[in-house]
Amino acid sequence: MSKFQVNLKINNLAIAVDEGTTILEAARQLNFNIPTLCHHDDICVAGNCRVCVVEQKGSRLLPAACATPVGEGMEILTNSMKVRQARKHVVELLLSEHNADCTRCIKNGECELQKMSNEYRTGNNQFISLLKEKDKVIDFSSPSISKDDSKCIRCQRCVRTCAEMQAVNALTVAYKGNNMRISTFLNKPMNDVVCTNCGQCINRCPTGSLTERTYVDQVFEAVYDPTKFVVVQTAPATRVAIGEEFGLEPGTRVTGKMVAALRRIGFDKVLDTDFSADLTIIEEGYELLSRLKAALVDGKAPALPMMTSCSPGWIKFQEHLYPELLENLSSCKSPQQMFGALAKTYYAERMNKNPADMIVVSIMPCTAKKFEANRPEMRGSGYKDVDFVLTTRELGMMIRQAGIDFNKLENESYDGMLGESTGAGVIFGNTGGVMEAALRTAYEIITGREVPFSNLSIKPVRGMEGVKEAAIRFKDVLPEWNFLEGVELKVGITHGLANAKLLMDKVKEGNTGFHFIEIMACPGGCIGGGGQPLPTTLAIRKKRASGLYEEDEKMILRKSHENPEVKELYQSFLHQPLGHRSHDLLHTHYYSRKKI
Amino acid sequence: MPTKVLIYIKVHIINPTKNFMTRIEQFVKEQADYYGRRRNSLMPILQAVVQSERYLSEEAMVAVAEELDLSTADVFGTASFYTFLDTVPRGKNIIKVCKTITCHMKGKDEIISTIEDQLKIKLGSTSSDGRFSLLQANCLGWCHKGPVMLVNDEIYTEITPEKTVEVIRDYLKKTK
Repeated sequence: MSKFQVNLKINNLAIAVDEGTTILEAARQLNFNIPTLCHHDDICVAGNCRVCVVEQKGSRLLPAACATPVGEGMEILTNSMKVRQARKHVVELLLSEHNADCTRCIKNGECELQKMSNEYRTGNNQFISLLKEKDKVIDFSSPSISKDDSKCIRCQRCVRTCAEMQAVNALTVAYKGNNMRISTFLNKPMNDVVCTNCGQCINRCPTGSLTERTYVDQVFEAVYDPTKFVVVQTAPATRVAIGEEFGLEPGTRVTGKMVAALRRIGFDKVLDTDFSADLTIIEEGYELLSRLKAALVDGKAPALPMMTSCSPGWIKFQEHLYPELLENLSSCKSPQQMFGALAKTYYAERMNKNPADMIVVSIMPCTAKKFEANRPEMRGSGYKDVDFVLTTRELGMMIRQAGIDFNKLENESYDGMLGESTGAGVIFGNTGGVMEAALRTAYEIITGREVPFSNLSIKPVRGMEGVKEAAIRFKDVLPEWNFLEGVELKVGITHGLANAKLLMDKVKEGNTGFHFIEIMACPGGCIGGGGQPLPTTLAIRKKRASGLYEEDEKMILRKSHENPEVKELYQSFLHQPLGHRSHDLLHTHYYSRKKI
Repeated sequence: MPTKVLIYIKVHIINPTKNFMTRIEQFVKEQADYYGRRRNSLMPILQAVVQSERYLSEEAMVAVAEELDLSTADVFGTASFYTFLDTVPRGKNIIKVCKTITCHMKGKDEIISTIEDQLKIKLGSTSSDGRFSLLQANCLGWCHKGPVMLVNDEIYTEITPEKTVEVIRDYLKKTK
């Protein structure tokens, strides 16, 4: 059904748009750019920063373009003298309460407020600074996120992100008027509240108020220390996003260049988290099958549906809000931590290195991984399994600091032993990817045949819908799995914690019928993670996702259980999935946390 | 070859279903039973807690969040917005002097310094015996009869320093 059309003029150009379109959207259709700060396409309208004001002929007031729907016969000027002046004043007023310490700010160059003040050439300081000394104290309590109120312009993007997209509500608007600030419960430190460290607020903060804790200097220190053997692992989602840091299109596959850059920075070995993603599939797959066996053969009541445990933001979310469902979580560590535990045991042994002299660095699209690496139980090797976690953005910073011309690098490939991967490991970065990888392997283990989808692409689990469902029936199974003959495996996939919350409420009521659920904390999965290059929109996330699927299709090996290095690992070290060594190194426990 | 040390961490899973309730939790539950558990029940419940406890403690806010299935930050955000919903402990009697322009012009500063002198407390603080808190309020809607002062739920209009002393003396007698 076509919507009612509204006719209006923007800068004297006539346009007809759907009813309910905002002036901002209509102007974009005519390629007029109206600056915005509090507005973000991923979250609801707020209309509080006022930089998007426009002039409406016949009206004395300047409406906010992001929050005003179009009306019949409207005549809008997006850049009249009055608008320009008002907009400049708005930016100057925002700057009057902003700690414009740009040269020392981690967001320098990526800050939306900085860009705007550059555009409008603000600088005559006609307003008194309202910056409060007490706000200059930065909250460094969390290993993932730092919060600096002195740089906050109170646009509330973070609050809306935390509530709407993630349903965490760790951040809120507290107090009122000139005392209004973005706060946690009772202004507690970020590490002491329900925050899942997903970093989505960082991705949407227009200034340097919310940023990741950066460990670039510590990593450089380790790299330059000749007594340390420094290995680096790269997550699936980084290889389709790091190019954005160097002006490439989102979704450009730059795996080879990234490996080359890491080697030039000086890492001793460049390895791949995709390897441990493949390993995760084997462990998690067997865990699921053992739970199904317990239910169908032994007549026990294991915790089903089983849920994936690769996303540390999701883990912490569940620990806080659904502690009664912790049993349902797979006990598998995330690929990052599996890699760390193996690097300092199996890999160190084979390379003849002392794990005490090893430093494991991971490059992740994620800020929650920083928290995960610091969890006390993540010391399976006897040492801190993963020493430092850097985001994709921080890797961009390192490459620039090292003076490497990224775009001109030749492709190089990963080092061996923990570096080989399959297409199944690559798609771990997409929502539905873990499920797709698991189904490719589980179906083949059970039936001895490939999954019945053309080109191994399990389309029903792909895409950006909030909750996806799929079912697969096992027929003509191998004799050892005959209890699964004719069984239909039902799976659910969700991404973004707000969607996860809806699904968990259903799981709690026990009426989903799912056997296996994949959950990723960030929208679109890891490719939309809190550590990915800025900006982020749905279109950008889709491009990154198709980049990963392309990478998968280009791989020769596309099923986790075919990874030769994983096979070698089981033969010579772990011996069997869910075995004694796996239990020590690759599995973990979860804690119930308070709802504060 | 280095020796491997494996650390085993014992895990205690706390049972999330508690089988006892504190006094505050019980009180909040009763209020939620009465006012409902929707988001718009938040204000009356917070007001009821303040009426009974004189402020919103951390425990009370956590209990309210739990009952209404809201985040604690949301409860705190709402509570901190309203001057009348205190999040720090207050005295038995709460004195609020209107600070808005009309009362300011009619001499609310004198009223405040009179009370500060009489009770030996600073604006924004509570007397050491816990009997009085001295605060300011935004417009109380009595601009035509300013300056005004609110003690608990009682309004005192067109007050002077002399009148203030009498009012406070009455309350001193009433609350031992």
